[in-house]
Amino acid sequence: MTTLIFSIAGFIAVWAINSAIANSPDRDDRAARVFVPVMLGLASLYLWEGLVDGLGVSPVILPAPSAIAATFAASTDMLWQDFVQTVLKGALTGYVMGCGAAFLVAVLIDRSSFLTRGLLPIGNFVAALPIVGIAPILVSWFGFDWHSKAAVVVVMVFFPVLVNTVQGLRETDAMQRDLMRTYAAGYLQTLLKLRLPAAMPFIFNGLKIASTLALIGAIVAEYFGSPTRGMGFRISTGVGSLSIDLVWAEIVVAAIVGTLLYGSVSWIEKAVTFWHPSQRR
Amino acid sequence: MKNVVPVLVVLAAIVGIWYAAVAPMNIRTALDQAERGGAVIEPEGGRTRLEVSVWRLMADNSEYISEGYALDRPRLPTPAQVGRELWKTTGEMALRGKAMSKRSLIYHATVTLKSTLWGFLLGTFLGIAGAVAITHSRVMDMSVMPWAIISQTIPIVALAPMIIVLSSQLGIEDRGVPKAIISAYLCYFPVLVGMVKGLRAPSASQLDLLRTYSASQWETFVKLRLPASVPYLFTSLKIGIASALVGAIVGELPTGAISGLGARILIGDQFGTPLAIWAALLAAAILAGILVTLLDLAQRITLKRMGLQA
Amino acid sequence: MALIESNEKMNGVAQEPVIFAEKLDLTFQTNDGAVQALRDVNLTINKGDFVSFIGPSGCGKTTFLRVVAALEHPTGGEITVNGMSPDEARRQRAYGYVFQAAGLYPWRTISKNIELPLEIMGYSKESKREHVDKVLKLVDLEGFGEKFPWQLSGGMQQRASIARALAFDAEILLMDEPFGALDEIVRDHLNEQLLALWGRTGKTIGFVTHSIPEAVYLSTKIVVMSPRPGRITDVIESTLPRERPLDIRDTPEFLEIAHRVREGLRAGHAYDD
Repeated sequence: MTTLIFSIAGFIAVWAINSAIANSPDRDDRAARVFVPVMLGLASLYLWEGLVDGLGVSPVILPAPSAIAATFAASTDMLWQDFVQTVLKGALTGYVMGCGAAFLVAVLIDRSSFLTRGLLPIGNFVAALPIVGIAPILVSWFGFDWHSKAAVVVVMVFFPVLVNTVQGLRETDAMQRDLMRTYAAGYLQTLLKLRLPAAMPFIFNGLKIASTLALIGAIVAEYFGSPTRGMGFRISTGVGSLSIDLVWAEIVVAAIVGTLLYGSVSWIEKAVTFWHPSQRR
Repeated sequence: MKNVVPVLVVLAAIVGIWYAAVAPMNIRTALDQAERGGAVIEPEGGRTRLEVSVWRLMADNSEYISEGYALDRPRLPTPAQVGRELWKTTGEMALRGKAMSKRSLIYHATVTLKSTLWGFLLGTFLGIAGAVAITHSRVMDMSVMPWAIISQTIPIVALAPMIIVLSSQLGIEDRGVPKAIISAYLCYFPVLVGMVKGLRAPSASQLDLLRTYSASQWETFVKLRLPASVPYLFTSLKIGIASALVGAIVGELPTGAISGLGARILIGDQFGTPLAIWAALLAAAILAGILVTLLDLAQRITLKRMGLQA
Repeated sequence: MALIESNEKMNGVAQEPVIFAEKLDLTFQTNDGAVQALRDVNLTINKGDFVSFIGPSGCGKTTFLRVVAALEHPTGGEITVNGMSPDEARRQRAYGYVFQAAGLYPWRTISKNIELPLEIMGYSKESKREHVDKVLKLVDLEGFGEKFPWQLSGGMQQRASIARALAFDAEILLMDEPFGALDEIVRDHLNEQLLALWGRTGKTIGFVTHSIPEAVYLSTKIVVMSPRPGRITDVIESTLPRERPLDIRDTPEFLEIAHRVREGLRAGHAYDD
């Protein structure tokens, strides 16, 4: 009971502190912008612990953060193995192959406005489809191991990156293209010096979307067949055997990996598109 | 409209490539089947044939290529086969008055659709509410928005099986509820981000003008922010409904699902009937297309009436 | 006319005009029908001229500049640049073009922006640096080479754009309302600098503008145009000396020329329609 009371009090206190900071003139400080959400996160975790403890929630329904942390610490070997299988072998390989292929195809079809106009609406449509559904088919083609997972990821990331790259390449305005004509610049020169750099904000938008899709694809694909390791495998079997704390430990890994992946792409984006108004805030 | 011809040409090319790909994809299965039927194939035995490339097999056994286009359990069905299977489980059944039988894809599509729509409504409501809160409250903006962004990098599919177990443990029998929750989770973030952008879209000079009228926060919201956000809202709704559909299907994948398009995919996989999987996928694609098109129509009509679009 | 004849006599050889247009026509096909942007344009521009094109919107002044730059192609008549077709001249990098917006690449520093044409034209590394330093000095932007465009004011960005057009030593400079987006004080300053630059380098400049004082202040020849269809209503040879301080704008001679320009504009464009 005491944990519950303290955690509720703590949450209210943190909210009050956050409000004070948000309305103070220091709110745009780097430190403030990190402190506020982090405090909310910690207060929420504490509240979770308090609710589970105070309301006597069964660990099968919702384990307490402390229990999850304990299981996490006890299973690092297995979690690492799953990470290598799902993320490094499945998701990352697929991500690199899929984004690379999409980029190449976009540059190739850029030459023909006919192909671009035909492919763009189709690409937009396919990007909206539940592509995860092809996972079982790809497993039947490529086998149980990580290759089929990488294949699913390739298909999932291909279209968003393709569509964004094509749109980015179209973005250059008439005046810039005229300037290149006054220099009698060739197609390749115009592509490399003007259109690709100008397309970078769009390309990175696609790459960020792709990074979240890659992890989803790799995990879902494992629900359809996997050697006895992998995050998706662990989650579906864990749910079946009601080892919910293990499932949550895997979710924590997934959350960390997902955030790191997205964060890395954003970080590279900041470096490459430093000049864009949205980055110069 | 000038895009119609290029789109059709590209589609035709895709269908053409698909048809051509069926031959190499299915040659092994075709030869296995022929051998079981008593024919003599060089080299003998499915195992030995694994050593030979598909191109060699096709060249040496060209008379069996056409069989690859009519297999019961093809590795790669032809577009016609998929279409026929889809028709068999939808239109044909509807014509016989059995549209809602448990074997009809129309029935399964409606099951998935129900969860999708509930999830979409819930997710949209939460997204808009969250956006309004974030726009008007600095503490919400600073504390919650970063978590909203991070939440999208967490693959929901990891949570899906657990949400289902949770709800059954809590005594909720109907699988539709956890599915709707998963859909809502996938849908709320695009809506939230889009609405925040939209509500913040009015320029400083427009906001200043309302201040000179001593307009209240509420009036500013209703007269300026809300109308300005409509184009952004529709864009996000289209992404949201596609995500909600994915969420519903993902919610049907964990073991135990028997109805819904995701369940059909699962069952097709378990029983080794690839045509069922393809048909379910095609049905899901059509469903997604219909939903997004309906929203697009709604967008056009609304923007036209608001004078935001010619 | 007298000036040109005496030049020819001095060199003993007929001076070939840098830009020569005869009976030039350009008709655009638009959704609303055919629009005649240029009709029967006859013009001679000699080496070292500073020619301003002035007229209301739609009179064809920008279109004419673009035809010279081979960005548009005429539908009738003849035009030569340096004695060859505009396309040939473009391929030989005979001119630098300055647009109304500076159009610098935000991902490149000022120096790198100026280097852009040099990269495309294949200059060597030392040659590039030499040229960049030279033109930075010419437009008075020394020391700003490592800054990014968005760190500079509008006037400075436009100067960088002019530097970029000068970087590869083209003899012709084509400028389309380059100072249109700037305030009057900056504009005056840039006008002075442009005139000084012209004096030092002896380039042939084609300059499109909306501003009568600017046209009269800068040019040796003013071409007054009018719209619907685009045509030349008057060509004024300036009697002002080549060296001009800003105060010359208050002299009676200046006002007389400005008056003539205004008359030409009014003649070609009735405001009642």
